[in-house]
Amino acid sequence: MRAVVTVTGSDRRGIIAKVSGFLFERNVNIEDISQTILGDQFAMIMMVDTSQSKVEFAELGRQLADMGEKIGMTVRLQHADIFDAMHNI
Amino acid sequence: MFSKFDVIETIEMIEKEHLDIRTVTMGLSLLSCIRATARETAAAVYDRVCRKAEKLVPTAEALSGEYGIPIVNKRVSVTPVSLITAAFPQESGLVGRALDDAAKTLGIDFLGGYSALVHKGTADYEEAFLATIPEVLASTERLCSSVNIGSSKSGINMDAVHTMGEIVKETARLTAEKDGLGCAKLVVFCNAVEDNPFMAGAFHGIGEADTVINVGVSGPGVVQHALKFIPEADLTDAAETIKRTAFKITRAGQLVAREAAKRLGARFGIVDLSLAPTPARGDSVAHILEELGLEVVGCHGTTAALAMLNDAVKKGGVMASSRVGGLSGAFIPVSEDIGMIESAEAGRISLDKLEAMTCVCSVGLDMIAIPGDTPASTVSAIIADEAAIGMVNNKTTAVRVIPAPGKQVGDEVSFGGLLGRAPVMPVHTGDAGKFIRRGGLIPAPIHSFKN
Repeated sequence: MRAVVTVTGSDRRGIIAKVSGFLFERNVNIEDISQTILGDQFAMIMMVDTSQSKVEFAELGRQLADMGEKIGMTVRLQHADIFDAMHNI
Repeated sequence: MFSKFDVIETIEMIEKEHLDIRTVTMGLSLLSCIRATARETAAAVYDRVCRKAEKLVPTAEALSGEYGIPIVNKRVSVTPVSLITAAFPQESGLVGRALDDAAKTLGIDFLGGYSALVHKGTADYEEAFLATIPEVLASTERLCSSVNIGSSKSGINMDAVHTMGEIVKETARLTAEKDGLGCAKLVVFCNAVEDNPFMAGAFHGIGEADTVINVGVSGPGVVQHALKFIPEADLTDAAETIKRTAFKITRAGQLVAREAAKRLGARFGIVDLSLAPTPARGDSVAHILEELGLEVVGCHGTTAALAMLNDAVKKGGVMASSRVGGLSGAFIPVSEDIGMIESAEAGRISLDKLEAMTCVCSVGLDMIAIPGDTPASTVSAIIADEAAIGMVNNKTTAVRVIPAPGKQVGDEVSFGGLLGRAPVMPVHTGDAGKFIRRGGLIPAPIHSFKN
């Protein structure tokens, strides 16, 4: 399943390493990474493939959110279809 | 493919601008539940609703998690109950209470369909059914009722209009300790639609398939935010921005509707393109109109601004979805929109202006508190006026007014939650009693003869 991981917050040190390591441990493949600014915050956007994930989608989302909370960032996992639907004709 | 900016835009819409799916509503036929007695019918209704909608709440919650978009309400609409209880109408309350119990079992906040369609005439069993509405709304929590008293094709059933004025008043009396809360669950329609997912007016039309999923999208905050970026744009460009925003909102709704229908073994019915406000700040249709340049909603210019907004929402939404239906437009409930509440509290919007606004938007006089001593004939006259607007303009109109018992202009009613609060607004005091008591049918307008 194609999905999007977004990480937002004020601190950017070590975030990519932390999140990509977390995804690697669960066998989630990262296809693309980009960064931008969301308001006054740092935002990282990852395109991922969860089809080989060791944990099911909803659980993966919960684990990512929990991990984000521990490092003071907001981490979301969303099915890519929502972005495709809203932004493509 | 989408860009990182698209991702950020979506997240901002959801987290900062209140974008959500307002309701996933399962429409369910009850025609197969008719039995020889009211008790057996009520049992069959309870079983069918609980069985068919068993997975509605968990499925909607799972979709909300996967797509990262809130799904605020999960609801059920059913075949108008008057049709199910036609053989024993005085006992319709048994079915009403069974539906209320089913809503509690399912964990849904509202279930719609304690309804009757009497737009051309009221049958004896419907007359008896209508009489049960006040007591049933007073003795249930989550059941919603609606009555269609007119249509562009049939005209307006003024006998039913007369009756409904009395029923609204009686419903208020029986729920007096809660400011007439029962009236917040009772809608009187002209040109009611059969696939409306929004409460309190949702019911499952008899022309519908057995089980369908209808989705109501929302997002007044998203539209307001988009307009903030173009403060000097002319109204052509403003309309274009609203269209583009409505497109995105509707696409999210369509995605959820299709997937929910698939997982629940139901048909995908429609996406309702409505902008539905809540009492939360940043989720107001009134504030969109003010963003367009009105000092306060209710001033001159409000009707034109609303007409433009309503049309642009429809155009953007129709482009986005293959199946559009329901009410589709901007909702203007007074108690459920912080901008409307504040304007009404300041005395800057009147019932007359609200009536004018209903000529150009998707609904009617909605969630308006009026003095408790308003005569039933005046409530009927308000209903007749709205029905006339709907009938002549080929659109849905509705009346959901609350004659708040013991309250006068200057007082406030408060229902809490999504139903919000509203100041009691003045009504005209001239008597329309004779006009209402004449009864009969106001004939359909000449332009309805299109065959």
